[in-house]
Amino acid sequence: MELQTKIEALPGRQDLSITRTFDIPVGLLFKAHTEPELLSQWMGTKVLKMETTEHGSYRFETADAAGNVLFSANGTIHKVVPNQEIVRTFEMENAGFPVQLEFLEFSALDNETSQLTMQIVYRSEAVRSQVLKMPFAHGLNMAHNRLQALSEEWNNRDEKA
Amino acid sequence: MMNLRRDVFQALADPTRRAILVLVASQSMTAGAIAANFDTARPTVSKHLQILTECALLRQEQSGREVHYHFNPQTMKEVADFIEPFRQMWEGRFDKLESIMKQYKPKT
Repeated sequence: MELQTKIEALPGRQDLSITRTFDIPVGLLFKAHTEPELLSQWMGTKVLKMETTEHGSYRFETADAAGNVLFSANGTIHKVVPNQEIVRTFEMENAGFPVQLEFLEFSALDNETSQLTMQIVYRSEAVRSQVLKMPFAHGLNMAHNRLQALSEEWNNRDEKA
Repeated sequence: MMNLRRDVFQALADPTRRAILVLVASQSMTAGAIAANFDTARPTVSKHLQILTECALLRQEQSGREVHYHFNPQTMKEVADFIEPFRQMWEGRFDKLESIMKQYKPKT
């Protein structure tokens, strides 16, 4: 199967680009990035604020069932050209990473398909590496937690036996 | 492990070294045969080969009195694996975006 989402992170640079082709018209692809309810669904986070206008700002927050905030992020919008381009900043709150600059380019491949290219510029190459490693580290943590849970389950079973 | 990766990224940052990898990936070659493909001075090419060998992007094999350089795909795979979880995170989000928007009915 061909990979639909491509990441280009060239060595020696402080940016990367994410490219993806969608089976939806460019208008819908763009709308998914500007309508708070839609964005909230596919990003899996609550959208507290979303002003998709130049000099506007946005804020995301994800909480667990008990209401503890697990993740929050914000940014400002620098440029909006409907169905073509969004330029914005993005910063995770209390995560220790500097703000990043994002260039989103939307294009129609034909009436029914579209493409998104997202160029993300980090403060340095080292920051880019750290951000790239986050889901990697998260994956390791998840695996670790699952192992932990499993071994506790096994221990309980042994005690009962 | 992380040091190895940083070295790999550094090794890959140089355009001549990337060109050497592309060359050797198609067939193993001696240092002389590799150098013949570049205008760069022979000692410079040797230095590049040394760096690529140190970070395991190339490995050396002695055959008779000649040393052949082989491409090591495992190291390249490690570099790709490192980006893979990040790629999957976006792939998951974009898959969701696509399925949500396919069902989207504009409010009239």
